[in-house]
Amino acid sequence: MSVPFYVSPEQLMKDRADYARKGIARGRSLVALEASEGIAIVAENPSRTLYKISEIYDRIAFAGVGKYNEFQILRVAGVRHADLKGFSYAREDVNARSLANAYAQTLGQVFTHEMKPYEVEILVAQVGDTPDSDELFHILYDGTVMDEEGYTVLGGQAETINGALSERFETGPSIEAAIRLGADVLSGADAPPLPGHQLEVAVLDRTAARRAFRRVTGEELDGILAA
Amino acid sequence: MTDTPFPRFAPDHDPGPSFLGLLRRVAPHDVVGAGTSQTAPPMELLHGTTVLALRYAGGVVMAGDRRATAGYSIANRRMEKIYPADEHSGVAIAGVAGPAVEMVRLFQVQLEHYEKIEGEPLSLEGKANQLAQLVRTNLPAAMQGFVVVPVFAGFDERRDRGRVFSFDVTGGKYEEIDFQAGGSGGVHARNWIKSVWHENLTEDEGIDLALRALFSAADEDAATGGPDLIRGIFPSVAVIEAVGFRPVSDDETAARTQRLVGGREEGAGL
Repeated sequence: MSVPFYVSPEQLMKDRADYARKGIARGRSLVALEASEGIAIVAENPSRTLYKISEIYDRIAFAGVGKYNEFQILRVAGVRHADLKGFSYAREDVNARSLANAYAQTLGQVFTHEMKPYEVEILVAQVGDTPDSDELFHILYDGTVMDEEGYTVLGGQAETINGALSERFETGPSIEAAIRLGADVLSGADAPPLPGHQLEVAVLDRTAARRAFRRVTGEELDGILAA
Repeated sequence: MTDTPFPRFAPDHDPGPSFLGLLRRVAPHDVVGAGTSQTAPPMELLHGTTVLALRYAGGVVMAGDRRATAGYSIANRRMEKIYPADEHSGVAIAGVAGPAVEMVRLFQVQLEHYEKIEGEPLSLEGKANQLAQLVRTNLPAAMQGFVVVPVFAGFDERRDRGRVFSFDVTGGKYEEIDFQAGGSGGVHARNWIKSVWHENLTEDEGIDLALRALFSAADEDAATGGPDLIRGIFPSVAVIEAVGFRPVSDDETAARTQRLVGGREEGAGL
């Protein structure tokens, strides 16, 4: 029997983390911003059909960056988790925190036990009755969860974009201003803001009666960006 | 694979966009019609009674009375029998109240679940087939007396018109051309509608016709509740048009019902 080479746990984890980070860095970024009328999620995504942002439940949205098939698996698992929970208990018992914990546990398990870690970063956003009760959970490839205030950035260029947002983000913008700011910071420091057809935009509307998730597309998006 | 909080499925066991399929795999006892006993029920069952759906020029009107009976007793005076299935369709229930309400709840989740997983809503025909499947799932329970027969209606955005579907206990689905009424008083409601209905009904006329038909059913059928002027309980009515499902407010049905007093209905006091 051959004896496998010894690899220290530190090295093993570092290799896995590097692998995941490299995969994520290849993809485009995504920002989520809390606004007075809800939460705006803006992603750089030239595809009209392969979405990065989607609806999970009445007040909860999901967004992922990195490997499409992997965050799709997580998205579908989240919709199932939420619908099962809402069906067994009540719609108001479904919340982002429990979903974020489930995602964290899953990503943590995959990171340590599977052949390869998921090359994804995901966002679970929940809009509340007031801006103070909005929740943004940013979850990394290894299951690390961060509860963010105000805004969060996912993806390869997160550091640069975070830097730009920390200077420009002021609490409680209008939803249109938040979308414009998102489009602006995604394009990078010197480039012009990304045009509508390069973006995927969705909002969680605080005033919605039940399902708060809504995509902002076409003329509506162009109008907001041009203002 | 180690345990995660999310259920995981082998590719040939994945329920896809079906919530019913998911429920069957993770919580089979929560499925409508599951786990019923093999003997006939010893107790009086709650029955929902007259519900109807009729097409008008801009969509569909759905309406139902509010009475639930258990044998010769009135079990509930404020029962709701008209439910939105999703934004563009509604379901009316007739039959045993418990499983019927549960079936509606499952149906609502089923439609929304599909829409979220697939990224677009089912066609109206697809929704009707899904409901037929749920009715069929309930067949073993129906054999023991827990019968549920819904009426389904909606606005078909692809065909730009309202459509009405009825079902039988075996899960058979039948598209109705213009209208349908179900429940023990259904035949009286249907006859009333038949004598008045025409292709170009306005929404206003459609709602009034639905209320009149329900009045007629309540007049003839003991298990159908008429308008209760003392307690202020009126039939529930909803309109489904291109912009979506809209329940007609209690105040409006109250006002419309009051207007019926002194109309043709009074003459039928035989």
